[in-house]
Amino acid sequence: MELRFTAIQLSYIVAMTLFFVGLKELGSPATARKGNTLASVGMLIAIVATLLEKQVLNYGMIFIAIALGSVLGAVMAYKVEMTDMPQMVGLLNGFGGAASAMVAVGEFWRYLAMSQNPPSSTTITALLGVLIGGVTFTGSVMAFAKLQGLITGAPVVFPAQKILNGLLLGGFLIGSIYICLHPFNSQIFLGLLLISLILGVTFVLPIGGGDMPVVISLLNSFSGLAGSAAGFVVNNNLLIIAGALVGASGIILTVIMCKAMNRSLANVLFAGFGSGESAGGGVAGGTVEGTVKSIDTEEGAMMLGYARSVVIVPGYGMAVAQAQHSVKELVDALESLGVDVKYAIHPVAGRMPGHMNVLLAEANVPYPQLYDMDDINPMFDTTDVALVIGANDVVNPAAKDDKNSPIYGMPILEVDRAKHTIVIKRGMSTGFAGVENDLFYKDKTMMLFGSAKDMVAKLASDVKQL
Amino acid sequence: MSTETLIASLFVFILASFAGFEVINKVPPTLHTPLMSGSNAISGISVLGALIIAGEASWNVTVILGLIAIVLATINVVGGFLVTDRMLQMFKKKEAKV
Repeated sequence: MELRFTAIQLSYIVAMTLFFVGLKELGSPATARKGNTLASVGMLIAIVATLLEKQVLNYGMIFIAIALGSVLGAVMAYKVEMTDMPQMVGLLNGFGGAASAMVAVGEFWRYLAMSQNPPSSTTITALLGVLIGGVTFTGSVMAFAKLQGLITGAPVVFPAQKILNGLLLGGFLIGSIYICLHPFNSQIFLGLLLISLILGVTFVLPIGGGDMPVVISLLNSFSGLAGSAAGFVVNNNLLIIAGALVGASGIILTVIMCKAMNRSLANVLFAGFGSGESAGGGVAGGTVEGTVKSIDTEEGAMMLGYARSVVIVPGYGMAVAQAQHSVKELVDALESLGVDVKYAIHPVAGRMPGHMNVLLAEANVPYPQLYDMDDINPMFDTTDVALVIGANDVVNPAAKDDKNSPIYGMPILEVDRAKHTIVIKRGMSTGFAGVENDLFYKDKTMMLFGSAKDMVAKLASDVKQL
Repeated sequence: MSTETLIASLFVFILASFAGFEVINKVPPTLHTPLMSGSNAISGISVLGALIIAGEASWNVTVILGLIAIVLATINVVGGFLVTDRMLQMFKKKEAKV
């Protein structure tokens, strides 16, 4: 066996090991940073080893391309706001998917240019790479546009949408069979590429902005699978392994997100949830009794300042208002009064899995103060005040009590078990699911109407004066 | 790729998927965003495929596609790892004194 080949393969084994160890270290906050560094070293080793391949001759252009990509990537990484992290990850998923699709197309084209029949396994895997990579690319671009507000975040549904998707998929299948039999028809091949790009768009369009945690996770998985497919095409084990690793991680997160919303993946992808149609039934389901009690920040500050234990429940509204720094200020003021403060994080609190934790970490909140849903729920019984900031559906008791509610069964943060609840909210509008929230009408609940940022800042200054 | 290599590669793929499930299943929710951006960077591994197909010395469609793929995948890799590092350095056990 040739020495060069052996050296490259051994380097790949080292890289693979570093990927696995790195991801394992990512599993604990104390070692996570080291894990990320290990994985990046693995990537560097893999790239250098690949440059030694004997068919790689075009060094000048390759280095220019690497330099260009590195600069663009670094600028993105340092410029992005933490609130925009879902968009950033979405866009990067898209780039990865596009790159994988291009590798698949490029390799297939190489055979055509040499007028050589590609082996059928190459054709099949190339088509798979085109499909997954293409869908990942345009799907991610759509998710990016939705999250960035370039297009409406509401689900876009039109008649015969599912039929159209079915036809596109069917067309892809038929075209693929044709290409396997007659590989030299480049028009058909390009047509298949086009179909997969359209599929990405029609796949993400009907999914609402609030379901983006699922979509981003799923596209993350796809970007990995696209890499694996490219690995099959160019016959490279490291691509297959790393792609499978990412595919698995994306699937795990997708399942966790779906469970946190108590919805099946199919429901998230195809139901157009949060659009007018499905919301209508929800409002009818929730009959609400009782009156709303509104308080001002001074009263709120008294309740918080004289409590023994306070649990803060941040929702997406807090992130949108960029109120995390004010929240931290309020918590500091409370802690200096001797109040025990914890944060309760619902799995879908942000726009991607774990998003809220990053935002609070950015505001300098130590991570041991952040509690997951399962850990914090038993503690609400002994909590004096639960402060809900910009969250709605994830604290709606109807999810536990009302069998007719569209969100029935969704795991929630049980703030209604606390002695008192203060809810900061702009008005009485419903949350993403379009469901009335009984919590706001309970005797123990006080409403603080206003923007999250203003209200929290006022609470903080009022608490300081106690 | 012959059918035998395809089968061998499928073995590798399935094994790696299971290993991935085992490794990642234990990541706590706090770290889900960094996990996603970090694994996202790893999915830029397609840069290896891009390097191979862009390697020819003469210009043709494959080389051009390969070069564009290198740029995109490198953005994915470099951006992903750096932004993950930026996030993770904010995760602190105790409050940092400002």
